[in-house]
Amino acid sequence: MWNFNQFADNIAFIDDNGNEVTYAKVQREGDQIAEAIGRRCLVFCMCSNTMGAVLGYTGFLKHEIVPILLSAHMDEELLQNLIDTYCPSFLWMPVALSERYAEFESIYTCWDYVLLKTAYKKEYPLYEELGLLLTTSGSTGSPKFVRQTYENVITNARQIAEYLELDATERPVTTLPMNYTYGCSIINSHLLVGATILLTEKSLMEREFWAFMKEQRATSFGGVPYTYEMLDKLRFFRMDLPDLRTITQAGGKLGPELHKKFAEYAFEKKKRFVVMYGACEATARMGYLPHDKALEKYGSCGIAIPGGHLYLIDENGHVIDEPGVVGELVYEGPNVTMGYAVCGEDLCKGDERGGKLQTGDMAKCDEDGFYFIVGRKKRFLKIYGNRVNLDEVDRLIKAQFDIIDCASTGVDDHMYIFVTDESILEDVRIFISDKTRLNPSAFCVIKINEIPKNDAGKILYTELEKYYG
Amino acid sequence: MTNKERYTNVFVTTFNITSEQTVGLQYTGIPAWDSVGHMTLIAELEDAFGIMMDTDDIIDLSSFEKGMEILSEKYDVEF
Repeated sequence: MWNFNQFADNIAFIDDNGNEVTYAKVQREGDQIAEAIGRRCLVFCMCSNTMGAVLGYTGFLKHEIVPILLSAHMDEELLQNLIDTYCPSFLWMPVALSERYAEFESIYTCWDYVLLKTAYKKEYPLYEELGLLLTTSGSTGSPKFVRQTYENVITNARQIAEYLELDATERPVTTLPMNYTYGCSIINSHLLVGATILLTEKSLMEREFWAFMKEQRATSFGGVPYTYEMLDKLRFFRMDLPDLRTITQAGGKLGPELHKKFAEYAFEKKKRFVVMYGACEATARMGYLPHDKALEKYGSCGIAIPGGHLYLIDENGHVIDEPGVVGELVYEGPNVTMGYAVCGEDLCKGDERGGKLQTGDMAKCDEDGFYFIVGRKKRFLKIYGNRVNLDEVDRLIKAQFDIIDCASTGVDDHMYIFVTDESILEDVRIFISDKTRLNPSAFCVIKINEIPKNDAGKILYTELEKYYG
Repeated sequence: MTNKERYTNVFVTTFNITSEQTVGLQYTGIPAWDSVGHMTLIAELEDAFGIMMDTDDIIDLSSFEKGMEILSEKYDVEF
């Protein structure tokens, strides 16, 4: 993993309360947390962009203690389900949150975080290379986690540091949750080069965020497509940010107009705008559009990252060589993760992917070798950067409201849910927003007389497009 | 409709709350008023009053009452 002693005197983290921690201290704090735990085991790490969370996380990884990264803000009931499923040996969480778990013994505290020792008799065996577990879907509480190895984490961090040309002078500010694969990758790649990470829980919509960013001379931040819509709304282009060097984008496809607008801004202001492509299943990153191509190739998710390989396959699995032909995007590289875990027994599983990932994204390639995402094979949307499975949404609604028919579809950031009962429209919207912890503005519930289906009973989603198009 | 009613109405419909709940309401005080909800709120306020808000005012609007202060001081909306 990282070599913190190499940058011992560099500042690793600064938070918005004015606290600073050097790399040497990150190492020491991690050693102490690991000593309190004393062995390789499973820990739930309840994340926020705060000192306690990052020091716990880095300590776990350095000492081969396996963390599952979750949001400290996630729904209590959903978290309890996950605890029951995975029987973690320890919980690492904000002190304020730990009051709920009075039955567990508190054995170590630092930076407003506490280590709770659970009392489960059962402990699931962990595969030797397993380093980290991350969700694919934000905070929806699905028990499905991606199994990442130490090699995956460090290799992907190295790949990112290489193509973004990161060094110790970088000062990224957190704009994404650290339990989110993209947010996590920013931390991992910057710790590799001895950079200073600026920690804040504030959002772009708060004055304190901008004050912190300017005062601490942030050099970069990342955002999902929705972040860029917010920045556009905030008239970001008019802001004076002399220290800002690089802005990156991932977590879904940015609309071509917005892509172009930010590329033009970056070009004029001599900054770098880097659109990237990735998935939790590939640790984080698979592709990037080099900043000097941002304008020329706007709308593209770029080329493979160093050490990786992207290509397209047709329905029969044959490689597509011709430019402009749509196929499924496949990635091969050392950062392809081992596979999923859906229960405690899966934690002892080894590599199931062999370094190859069929992304489920449909794309085409232009004559210069740049990829453009055009659609998806699977039924899910990205809402504010979070993957939301549409079949899962249908299932949840049918179970909750005891109705026979329901169909959800839509475009990224806008889900349309069709039901045949007018009396439940608002209830469905609130229910889904609540379950996914995503803002209700993303969901629109529409009443129709009948869900369109073919003779075989399959829902005709294309027929529903006329209601939102 | 008075400006106060119009203003309250934007909060009520954007966040799906009652007009009583708007009193003292703060950013992140309810799940619906997160950064995404804030964007929607600003767009609705701009529509309702026919204004274009500045960046500083958008990020300053941290409570129901603060919003009224900003609109009356900077955008000539009388309450």
